Amino acid sequence: MAVDTTEAAAASEAARQAMGGIGVSLARKEDARFIHGQGHYVDDVVLPGMLHMVIVRSPHAHARIKGIHSSAAMAIPGVVAVVTGELLAQHKLAWMPTLSGDTQAVLATDKVRFQGQEVACVIAETKYIAEDAAQLVTVDYEPLQAITTPQQAIAPGAIVIRDEKEGQTDNKIYHWEAGDKDATDAAFARAAKVVSLETFYPRCHPSPLETCGCVADLDPVTGNATIYMTSQAPHAHRTLFAIVAGLPEEKIRIISPDLGGGFGNKVPIYPGYVVATAASLLIGRPVKWIEDRTDNLISTGFARDYYMDGSVAIDENGKFIGLRVNLLSDNGAFFADAQPSKFKAGLFHIVTGSYDIPAAHIVANGAYTNKAPGGVAYRCSFRVTEASYFIERLVESAAVELGQDPVTTRLNNFIQPEAFPYKSASGFEYDSGNYPGAMKVALDMLGYDELRKEQAEKRAKGELMGIGVASFTEVVGAGKGKDYDIAGLRMFDSAELRVHPTGKAILKLGVKSQGQGHETTFAQIVAEELGIPASDVEVREGDTDNTPFGLGTYASRSTPVGGAATAVVARKLRDKGKIIAAHLFEADVADIEFAKGKYNVKGSPDNVKTIQDIAFAAYTNIPDGIEPGLEGVTYYDPPNMTFPFGTYLVVVDIDKGTGQVKVRRMVAVDDCGVRINPMIVEGQIHGGLTEGFGIAFMELITFDDEGNCIGSNFMDYLIPTAWETPRFELGETVTPSPHHPIGAKGVGESATVGSPAAYVNAVIDALSHLGITNIDMPITSDKVWAALRSKGVTE
Amino acid sequence: MFPAAFDYIAPGALDEVLSLLSQHGDDAKVLAGGQSLIPLLKLRFAAPVIVVDIGRVDGLEGVRRENGHVRIGARTRHRDVESASDLRGTLDVLLDAAPLISDPLIRNMGTVGGSVCHADPAGDWGAVMLAVGAEFVVKSAGGERVLPAAGFFEGPFTTGLHSDEVMTEIRIPVGAGRSGGTYLKLERKVGDFASVAAAVHVVLGGDGRIATAGIGLCAVGAHSIKATAAEAVLAGQEPTDAVIAEAARLAGEAAEPKADIRGSAEYKRDVARVFVQRGLHTAINRAQGAAA
Repeated sequence: MAVDTTEAAAASEAARQAMGGIGVSLARKEDARFIHGQGHYVDDVVLPGMLHMVIVRSPHAHARIKGIHSSAAMAIPGVVAVVTGELLAQHKLAWMPTLSGDTQAVLATDKVRFQGQEVACVIAETKYIAEDAAQLVTVDYEPLQAITTPQQAIAPGAIVIRDEKEGQTDNKIYHWEAGDKDATDAAFARAAKVVSLETFYPRCHPSPLETCGCVADLDPVTGNATIYMTSQAPHAHRTLFAIVAGLPEEKIRIISPDLGGGFGNKVPIYPGYVVATAASLLIGRPVKWIEDRTDNLISTGFARDYYMDGSVAIDENGKFIGLRVNLLSDNGAFFADAQPSKFKAGLFHIVTGSYDIPAAHIVANGAYTNKAPGGVAYRCSFRVTEASYFIERLVESAAVELGQDPVTTRLNNFIQPEAFPYKSASGFEYDSGNYPGAMKVALDMLGYDELRKEQAEKRAKGELMGIGVASFTEVVGAGKGKDYDIAGLRMFDSAELRVHPTGKAILKLGVKSQGQGHETTFAQIVAEELGIPASDVEVREGDTDNTPFGLGTYASRSTPVGGAATAVVARKLRDKGKIIAAHLFEADVADIEFAKGKYNVKGSPDNVKTIQDIAFAAYTNIPDGIEPGLEGVTYYDPPNMTFPFGTYLVVVDIDKGTGQVKVRRMVAVDDCGVRINPMIVEGQIHGGLTEGFGIAFMELITFDDEGNCIGSNFMDYLIPTAWETPRFELGETVTPSPHHPIGAKGVGESATVGSPAAYVNAVIDALSHLGITNIDMPITSDKVWAALRSKGVTE
Repeated sequence: MFPAAFDYIAPGALDEVLSLLSQHGDDAKVLAGGQSLIPLLKLRFAAPVIVVDIGRVDGLEGVRRENGHVRIGARTRHRDVESASDLRGTLDVLLDAAPLISDPLIRNMGTVGGSVCHADPAGDWGAVMLAVGAEFVVKSAGGERVLPAAGFFEGPFTTGLHSDEVMTEIRIPVGAGRSGGTYLKLERKVGDFASVAAAVHVVLGGDGRIATAGIGLCAVGAHSIKATAAEAVLAGQEPTDAVIAEAARLAGEAAEPKADIRGSAEYKRDVARVFVQRGLHTAINRAQGAAA
């Protein structure tokens, strides 16, 4: 009997694996081509007659352009054109709109406003010729004072960077507030204790392995514009191209092929795309533009660069009763943040985090500086990373001031599991959560109490060890469309599903994978909902001619929005299948049952028609009055966002002599709701924890006083390798999203959002007994050394 | 990679290399492992008229002992030093330094002599060569010179090597006496150049006192630095904690670091001190454990 049960269980498990539905760690369908070097990226596109473009960039951070000389470059055989801003201005293309409603120079005409700004483009028969000629384009500059911090920018009398903008008399971009000031003031007035933190989240860069680029192919005969482009949002980009370049939208086809990472870097439209497209139009030949590493690091969308200070008001019982935060954002020379239109500081107002704080007030100001524009959400849902970092660092400070274990402070202030849906003081409605639950799993995995004992023993011997805690809550999956849009386009997403007569399906999506494994994950949703094996579901994305309109992949929105659309469209087909099944069974539709890809009449579970039978009938034996085919499309506008969360714990040891920090342990417990492909989820978390580690300890785009970018290549901009990256220990809890069709929340960004504070809190935990309360990222060994020496600690 | 145009030649004999160098002078660059030159070409920081690849010249590779010296062919790859395990106990510092050079891909290609001649102030081999008292054999069409490591490094990317010369061999004297050494390096990530590094090599006399000590510092000045005052204070002394601490202090003072993105001058100087102190303890412990 026991054997039979085991055999039945084994058979059932084999069937589950073969179907590849939700919860199966299916090997990624796309990986075979990637690991064999057979992916097809933009730079693999080679078209007949294709020209190559190289951008001439400004060596100055701020300078007036007195003249551009291109005759020496034009004299080189093989050079076809040198495009300048003056030429673009004749076609009204010298400036373009940004995603934040500002304008950005495509090629500089009046001034350059950051080092690396696009000044001219050389177009030639080969890349070598274009590179040689680019060196011969000379530009006369009159250098101006460079502004490299937002504090300098907003100081009275600062030179105005955007002097071309009508009515712009200073370097301020926006002022934005969220929450309730009066209620927050009242909370602080009755606080027993106020704990404050001032911190800086430095500028870093998404640095996808594949840089940005495009091949623009404007057919002079048909007028069709085909643009192969590194785009996380091809449909939105097509609409913006129509608006910017005045091209008819139906003639534009954006194809975003395989992408070698994006992380937010491939959300904006960059000048290179626009010039290559304009050049192809004017010359009548395809034009390829591919960034090199330095191009990518110095000119494309950076992230963060946020100065944050704030306080938490605490009552006599140790409960948080109010939160104040002030932000000063360095947006660079053009306000080009990628974010929902209504929110100047993105979704930063998630800053109350996992805590029940009844009153909160956030004040945000943005400033122009002579630095590259961007402010993209680097593996982040629009400034959620900064918010999560701030609150988790502030709670660490509160614990130190209260003389509490940081776990206690958190447990005392968490939003409780029964409080969901929870309305936050800054305006979000959290869908679901169990913060103490995730915390408990993490503490048990780490062996927290034992490590605290070890820490006390080490401290007695003068050794430095720290345990960092972070219990983040994210907000992802934008929109709903009424509240969240980008440049007016509402943040819904779409899925189109066609089941062919043989029962094999094609799923087309408005989102776009950059390596997240969409071809597998979304096929698994179809497998779960329709009972068609995931191996029989082909997922297509990235070609605007062949996929339904969607807003794209960023802000962890593919599963919350595109995944929901997939489930909904699959259910539509399932319902149509019932009508066909009723016809085949000669039964009433109301009596048809469906489970795991099989239809039967109630009471006759053994007489089934499979989804494959139904699909064949949809094309061969359809009942009268019913449209043939088994195909549908869904545009899904989510009712709310989703709120993934988790607890991350980090153990560090610090070398007193050198200031080096060694991460000994990293435990990450994530709750992203239902996990569709657990292996892919874990891969996403590993990637995010690695990027968080890099941000916490090494990644930095910085500038000298003249505005020269330091961090313009991978020798200076450090990203972690497997060698220094800690070993990750992953755990999970599952609290489904109540409003998502399959209960999934999105996981792409949780680890990047949640982990930096855990790493930093671990360092501070090792040092707080010395009176060290903050070290800004990246926590390099020299900063730790300086903090130690300032407290008289030496080897 | 889109460098400026250059001519490329890969002679099969050293004489031909030397003849090309005497003909082209500063317009020529010697290509050995290419791990520094190729990036410079790629970034167009270097634009030589002709690149002379010495990869096909015989007799420039290998590690061997001969006449009281360890002789390292100039074109020996870092990886080949890393795996020359019979140097343990004789030249620990080489075996400790080699695996810390950049990453395995670069160690498989990059060469010891190329690195020494490139003379990056943050290159690892310079400090090691100063610590062990190496000599460099260099040849030109006009003949051969033997240059001591001390004095060879003149400034950033500048050495006593003339533009018509090529380094052929590195000779390291290995005498009697128990020796020990080590190399400590602070790097921000694997593959990074040193922020600070220290090479230490100690020989003990039969009486247990320090016979000679060699200390080389990396990345804390315009070129690799030999900490001569620290070396002198150790010579002839019992290896006590106090002597070691004093030597480490003097080594820190010998550093001439500049503040940059990697840290303040004070930081680098102090890490140099800490590394020399730790390095001397390790070196002496190893020497004391070594057979005479």
